[in-house]
This record gives sequence, structure tokens and C-alpha cells, in this order.
Amino acid sequence: MTTIPSNLRRVLRREPRVRPVPPPVAAPPERVEAPPVEIAPNDPLVAYFSGATGAVDIGALQLDSPALAGLREAGVKLVVPLVSQGELIGLLNLGPRRSEQEYSADDRKLLNDLAGHAAPAVRVAQLVREQEAEVRQRERIEQELRVAQLIQQQFLPHELPDLPGWQVEAYYGPAREVGGDFYDFIRLPDDQIGIVVGDVTDKGVPAALVMATTHSILRAEAPRLVAPSEVLTRVNELLVDEMPAHMFVTCLYAVLDPSSGRLRYANAGHNVPYVGAGGEVTELRATGMPLGLLPGMEYEEKVATLAPGDIVLLHSDGLAEAHDPDRQMFGFPRVAALVGEAPDGEVLIDRLLKELEEFTGAGWEQEDDITLVTLERRASSSAERAADPPAGRLLASFDLPSEPGNERLAIDGVAEAIAGLGLQGPRLERLKTAVGEATMNAIEHGNGNRPELPVEVSVVADDTDVTVRITDQGGERPIPEVEAPDLEAKLAGLQTPRGWGLFLIQNMVDALRTAVDEHHHTIELVMHLKEAPDARN
Amino acid sequence: MPGTEFGAEVRQHDHTGVIDLHGEINLGADQALADAYEQAVRDDPRTIVLNFARVDYINSTGIALIVGVLARARKEHRTVRAFGLSEHYREIFAITRLSDFMGIYPDEDSAVTAAAAAAS
Repeated sequence: MTTIPSNLRRVLRREPRVRPVPPPVAAPPERVEAPPVEIAPNDPLVAYFSGATGAVDIGALQLDSPALAGLREAGVKLVVPLVSQGELIGLLNLGPRRSEQEYSADDRKLLNDLAGHAAPAVRVAQLVREQEAEVRQRERIEQELRVAQLIQQQFLPHELPDLPGWQVEAYYGPAREVGGDFYDFIRLPDDQIGIVVGDVTDKGVPAALVMATTHSILRAEAPRLVAPSEVLTRVNELLVDEMPAHMFVTCLYAVLDPSSGRLRYANAGHNVPYVGAGGEVTELRATGMPLGLLPGMEYEEKVATLAPGDIVLLHSDGLAEAHDPDRQMFGFPRVAALVGEAPDGEVLIDRLLKELEEFTGAGWEQEDDITLVTLERRASSSAERAADPPAGRLLASFDLPSEPGNERLAIDGVAEAIAGLGLQGPRLERLKTAVGEATMNAIEHGNGNRPELPVEVSVVADDTDVTVRITDQGGERPIPEVEAPDLEAKLAGLQTPRGWGLFLIQNMVDALRTAVDEHHHTIELVMHLKEAPDARN
Repeated sequence: MPGTEFGAEVRQHDHTGVIDLHGEINLGADQALADAYEQAVRDDPRTIVLNFARVDYINSTGIALIVGVLARARKEHRTVRAFGLSEHYREIFAITRLSDFMGIYPDEDSAVTAAAAAAS
């Protein structure tokens, strides 16, 4: 122990417990407790007692010391410093002898001997007490850490969203002293999905509680408001009143339309996401204050369109602001560079963590939570791209206004056009279903249900195939990967019950092709006219 | 808009709630289907039977509505059976795997009998 003061802050004066021999006969033993005397750590008396070799007469001392005055005032005459291993650990303070005589040389010798024996015992007692207090403190901190972890884990997603044509990955690594990181995926109307990455200032239970509140508010407001700027404005309003002093939340909120690759986003002071596209890295910047600081905040909303192969990284500052043993920061440029080099989201997360490990070196204690979420739009593979318009006879060509329900017009129009081709029974029904679904997609996703935008339908046949082309005005948008919907997850309420269209189309027709140009998106449905090997029949 | 509007009526048959569906099962069927389900479970039957005999069109949104009904029934520990599906929609129920979770029967009697047999 290097600091004496805590031992000396409160010094009790007691009548000497060891009395001169022989003890006084008449006076019954009586103990008077004197008021405690404060001794400041920098009081010259401390240094003096530390160097003293035995009992010290207070009366004879000449020191400019407030503590000395205090001791005198309390009636202390003699002080015996308790020194253990060269360290002053306490004082025996004695008042005047009852006999009113001065302390004798024998008294002093006895007191010095006593101090010599008492000091190590007192020191041991002090150490035991300190250790007990430390253990209690440690247990309390551990308990708090467990509670914070529990709260945090409760609110992190248990599974990743399953988006056809997209690969979503997430990593969450809590620091030992849990920070306030969180991320979430929120199902939104029209098969859109909300993506949240946030960080609460502060650590431990207070941060975890604020995180839980923010999480709940976002979950409640996002499906209703959808637009990222509006969602953050609303969350801020609700949080401002709830937020403990000196705390706030940084948060990035983005809404992805998986079918078009359109990503709307707003940012409340969180790290700027990076987009890696063919070796180039761009930033998704939008301005906004952290949540919970001030009422009436507005948030800028931006839009980016993600092309096949693009990877977005959302990240908390636990990564970029990690330090190596020389206190150098991992840094944002390093993160951005890795985003540019990554072939896919999963590899990106692995590389980021591996680079971080190499950077910080062995034995590094993680300073803050690390949260990484990647969104990757898969390059199209399952659907071939439609080439030039098919050769053959044009059987029909018509436009439809983009109004819900008009897919029935497309179905009827196509059915009428191919009536003489010999396609019938289940195969005709399949083509009709595919035409209906493709037209619905064109009306809703391509043309946004705007009646003034036409859906163009054409039917072409040659000797072997009939081809239906359905074109919307939605322009370039990704060709989604067709995946089998997860019915179990839908039945369990973990996924939206929707999302069957493209899967149905692919299973209905003999070939499916898509083509895009700047202004149009075309889906081409092909059915063989002649008997074709078909596993389903 | 062409097509026939969706409708649904509910009957009780041998302690089973039978929902007679007709018209098109698409987005517009949402509320009527939910109402019919409510009515069908009023007496808390173990089994709900969906009659598709007079349904002439089901699109992917309609599939989603049926998934919704099935999800709700499973949550309430009810069995859902179906009959009257055309060959085409039986194929679609197979492709979407709805028929893995919903018994498909040729007619009402076999659906209800199966329900009664399972209940006894």
C-alpha cells in the first residue's frame, strides 16, 4: 500500500489501554472517546510520524500542521506511530496520564514495544478488510455485467432475414464491459426490410436499458412510418424525454426494397456505411444528430440503389476505433479498403476480424462492442438474361394500366392469343399463373401501382415455343435470385407470409429470362409447345 | 377490374368449421377471409375445412393469405384441411409445400371424416 491517508483520515483518541505499572488504585477504569481528528494526506505530520522512531510528545512538536493543532485540541499528549514494513499505518493517541504525571521512560518503552507488535497485526487486519471489500466490489461488477449482457442479448436478432437475391450477415462481439451496441432487422410493408445499427453512449446496465428502449421504439414506429427520416425523427422525440443525462444513441436506419435494390437511409450520428462495388468504395452519407439529445431534430434522407455484386457494410465504432499496443487506431480508411477488396459479405466480416486481430496483437482486451452487418446483393445467376426479342410470329401485343387486379387482363389476353397453339390442361394453367404473377410484379414493383405507367405484354410463338414478354417502366433493377420460400418460418410467424411470386413463376414455366435497359425491365416466360420431358407430369 | 369478387360462408359440419370460399383469392380477399375464419372458430372446433370448389383464381397474394390462415390455425392448435382444389392448384399447393401442412381431400365428406377420425 502506497497511500497512508485513508488509514489516517479518522483517528480516534483513546485513553491508553496499556497502563503504567503499577496501575492506579483508586480511579476505576474509565474510557473517554475523543472526537476524531482529520489528518490531510499532505499534512507535514504524516511525514514526521513516518520517520519517527518511537512515541512522540505532541506538546514539544514544532510543525506548521493543522492536524497537530487538531490533536492538541483533542487533548492528545503522546502519539505512538504504528509502522509496518516502513509504512505508517496508524497511530496510538494517548491523552494525559490520570496521575497527571508525565509519561515515564518505562511507559514509552512499553508503548513502543506494544506498537512494534500491534502494527503488523493491524496491517493484516487492514489488508483482510480491503480484500473483502474488493471481492464484494468485484462480485457487484460481475453481476452487473451479467445483467447488461442478458438485456443486450435479449434484444439482438436471433436469426438473419432471408431475402431472395440477398445475402445478409451480422457479427456482434461484446466487450467485457458490455457497450451499448445493437442491430436489428424489421419487417416492413411491401416486403421491405428495415435495418438498424446503433450504439448507446456509456456502458453496462444503463446503456443496455437505453438500448432496449430504443430497440422497442424502433420496432413500434418503423413499420408504421417506414421512411427512415421520419422514423428517426419520431424515435428522437420519444427518446428525448426518456434519456438519462449525458447519454445519447447513434443510429443508422435504412430501408431496403429487396426487389429493386433501393436503399433509403438516414443517420443519427452513427458511423457512415461503406458500399463496395467492383473495387470502388463509396460512403452513404446523411446528416443528423444523435438520438435523445435535443427535441425537434430532423434527419436527412438519402437513397442509393445497390447493383448486383454490391456489398454494404454497417459498423459500430468498436472496430475502426480499436487500438494496437502503441495506441494507434485501426482506423476508418483501413475498414473502407477492406470493404473494397471483399468478394462477399461473409468473407468481408471474416477479413475485418482477422485484420483486427493481427492489428491489436495477442492478449488484447476488446475496448468496445463491435457490430458488423453486411448486405450483399448477389450477382444474378439463376435467371438468364433475355437476349434479343424472340423470333417468331407475334400473336398479341397490348398495354395495361398499372392497377392492382389488372393481371387478370394479361392472363385473359395471353390465353386468347395462344388458343390455337395446342397448349392446354395443366401446362396452360401454369403459363397463366406465371403471366399473372409476372404482371403483378410489373404493376406493383416495376411501375409502383401508377396507372399512367403501362405494362406491355407481347406473345410470340415459333414452331417449338411460346414466349410471353412482360415489360414495365421500372428501369434497371436487380434480377432477383429465386429461392424457395421458407414455409416453416412463415407459418411460425418469423417471416412475412408473402414472397411467393417469383418462386411460383420459376416453377410454372420451362424457361425464365429477364432483361433490363435504362428505362425498362422485361421478364420473358417460355413454354415448350411440343411434348417436353417434364418431371412434374 | 375483371374477375369475380371473393366471398366466404361458414358452416358447421360435424364439429368442424367449414369455410366455403368462392371467387378470387387475391389481396381483396384479406378481410373477408379473416372474418370467415373468426366465424368458423367461434365454437372452437379442432379442425377447419376450406372448400375451394368455387374458387377460380388464387394468386401469390392469395397464397400468402392462406399461409396466414394456416399460421394462425397452427398457433391455435387447429388442423386445417382443404378440398375442391383443381388439379392446377393442387400442384401449386404441392410446389409451395402448403399441402405438407394442410391435408388435401377430394371432397367435403372425406375431409370432415378425416377430421372426425383424427379427433376421436
